[in-house]
Amino acid sequence: MTRPRVTFWRLFIVASLALGAYSIFVRFHEGIGGATNLSDGTPWGLWVGLDILTGVALAAGGFMITAVVYVFGLERYRPIVRPALLTAFLGYLFFVIGLLVELGRPWNIWHAIIYWNPNSALFEVAWCVMLYTIVLALEVSNLIFERFGWVRLSRVFHAVVLFLVIAGVMLSTLHQSSLGTLFVIAPGKMHALWYSPALPLIFYVSCMCAGLAMVMVEAFLSQRFLKHPVRVDLMARLARVLMIGLMLLTLLRFSDLWLRSALPLAFQPTEEALAFWVEVALFQVIPIVVLWPERRRASPRRLFVGAFSAVAGLVTHRMNVATTSFVSSSPTDYFPTWMEFSVSIALVVAGVVVFWGFAKWTPLFAEGEHPPHAAHRAEHVTRARPGPPTAISGCGRARRGARRLPAPRRWPGGRSTAPGTRC
Amino acid sequence: MSKGMLIDITACTGCRACVNACRTKNRLDAPPGARLSETDFTVLEHRDRLAVRRMCYHCNDPACASACPVAAMVRTPEGPVAYDEHRCMGCRYCMVACPHGVPAFEWHSRMPRVRKCAFCPDHVAEGRPPPCATACPTEATLFGDRDALIKAATARIDARPERYYPGIWGRDVAGGTSVMFLSPVPFDRLGLRTDLGPDPLGHATGRILALVPGTAATVVTVLGGTYWLYRRRAAVAAEQALAAARDGADAAAREGREGGR
Repeated sequence: MTRPRVTFWRLFIVASLALGAYSIFVRFHEGIGGATNLSDGTPWGLWVGLDILTGVALAAGGFMITAVVYVFGLERYRPIVRPALLTAFLGYLFFVIGLLVELGRPWNIWHAIIYWNPNSALFEVAWCVMLYTIVLALEVSNLIFERFGWVRLSRVFHAVVLFLVIAGVMLSTLHQSSLGTLFVIAPGKMHALWYSPALPLIFYVSCMCAGLAMVMVEAFLSQRFLKHPVRVDLMARLARVLMIGLMLLTLLRFSDLWLRSALPLAFQPTEEALAFWVEVALFQVIPIVVLWPERRRASPRRLFVGAFSAVAGLVTHRMNVATTSFVSSSPTDYFPTWMEFSVSIALVVAGVVVFWGFAKWTPLFAEGEHPPHAAHRAEHVTRARPGPPTAISGCGRARRGARRLPAPRRWPGGRSTAPGTRC
Repeated sequence: MSKGMLIDITACTGCRACVNACRTKNRLDAPPGARLSETDFTVLEHRDRLAVRRMCYHCNDPACASACPVAAMVRTPEGPVAYDEHRCMGCRYCMVACPHGVPAFEWHSRMPRVRKCAFCPDHVAEGRPPPCATACPTEATLFGDRDALIKAATARIDARPERYYPGIWGRDVAGGTSVMFLSPVPFDRLGLRTDLGPDPLGHATGRILALVPGTAATVVTVLGGTYWLYRRRAAVAAEQALAAARDGADAAAREGREGGR
């Protein structure tokens, strides 16, 4: 990376964070209306569509990759577990920050804990998001443990990680789909191209597609900006899964429209139809065309374009659901102000900066760098060494660790969790 | 006993007495607007040369109350749908959920509230008509027990069928409302929702939310079971490999011994 480019990006980061901070100040000083174009007819806008619905959906890569590695034991995906988890955690972290800006009375955000309304889809989302953010924080915490060499905490982490992963998948399944359930209460207000009783399913399938795509985009951006080489073979495998997911989504989306006889609406000269086709182009047509033949999936550029298009498609879908679909029933039109954009951009930039910090200061890319069987062998060597120092020293803590060792450990931990390194 | 109001559009002269009474009662000082807003809890909209009163219709099973994550919107047994600003976190999901576009938000406030007609609970709880009904000079807004109002409405339609569109809006729209309408023309021409069906809107989301515990249990069981299966398979494979290696070693040792002999 040449020096001027670094300066440009630094300038960009500082400028966007400053603008975002200014907009947040205006929002709290003059009320939400002072910073946004929201109105009673379109009460949810860019901040809900982008910061909340999209932020949560793009974090879906975290629960999928962890499940694939920890539950299904597909070790080949191990190298992308940590980046995917970190992306997910930062997605939720900045989603919560965005929520504090977006809520009218953010000082009451904790009320969901004490005032219950189990009939509300948003109540269910609130609880799942709350718990899942904690789960993600715990899952990411091991990066910190390893960074500072806190072996005991790291060991605790490895003991409970499976439960965290399963809890994460469960909570994600519930709230990713419930974000779609939110809109099932508004039939007739929403344009028929987006309203559907099947929205929970559409949200769930689309978040999985976009979550995978986001993992790919993040890997390619890590190569570009963090000089961490991308595993094109892994990306090609993910792309195949992404393709299958997207085709399933296309089938789901269009059969749903067809069953509700809403498909003709897509061929009328309306803004909604235009928004719909932009969404279909970005979310379904471009990724599938770009990634279709298997041999093309060896090209990093194609992989990136396909994944990036799918991410952009998800953004369009969520924006359409939260905003475009309500405009026709609203007496007012809606287009976000520059301040709304600046807050969303600042949140994304802040997330990228924190990601960069983790990449720089923690063993983010350390896990699974070597093929897993090599790591296994290394561990066997450690274990087979006659008279391990831990046993001789008689350190209780280490012995406990040593006693646990003979159990077959399918998932070798990070470097510093190697048994007997400390006591 | 649930209270209600019957608004007979054929009797309404558009004098705005109800609007002014509401503004006085709720101390709404901003200049009156044409649409419901944070400072207009009821307005008269002109459609088909008729004055149509807009306000919160106080659903029997309101979508806003079913949507609110902190139960800041609650339907009281007397009929009014009440809002508690001290619970509200300002998520505005009630505004998304309301099929009639009623709740309004204080967009330019630092401590914003959701604003709408409260059906003057201080009057209604005591069985007194709210100021808007008292103010009406032509009995276009009637207050009473909801069941009695439905009977009165049916009687009005039966007495003068040429004057009324045969139907009471609100008797069973999305679970029914406390504020009902009689009209000379079909209700959709007045901008009232006629596409909602008899089920409360919250039932659609409720049916989906009822799947939550089952989904959670299924996900945990499937993942736990998968993990156990994979572990078991790996353990068996490892044992077999170990046994094979031992056999191999034994055979090699035997061969070595025989070779040496």
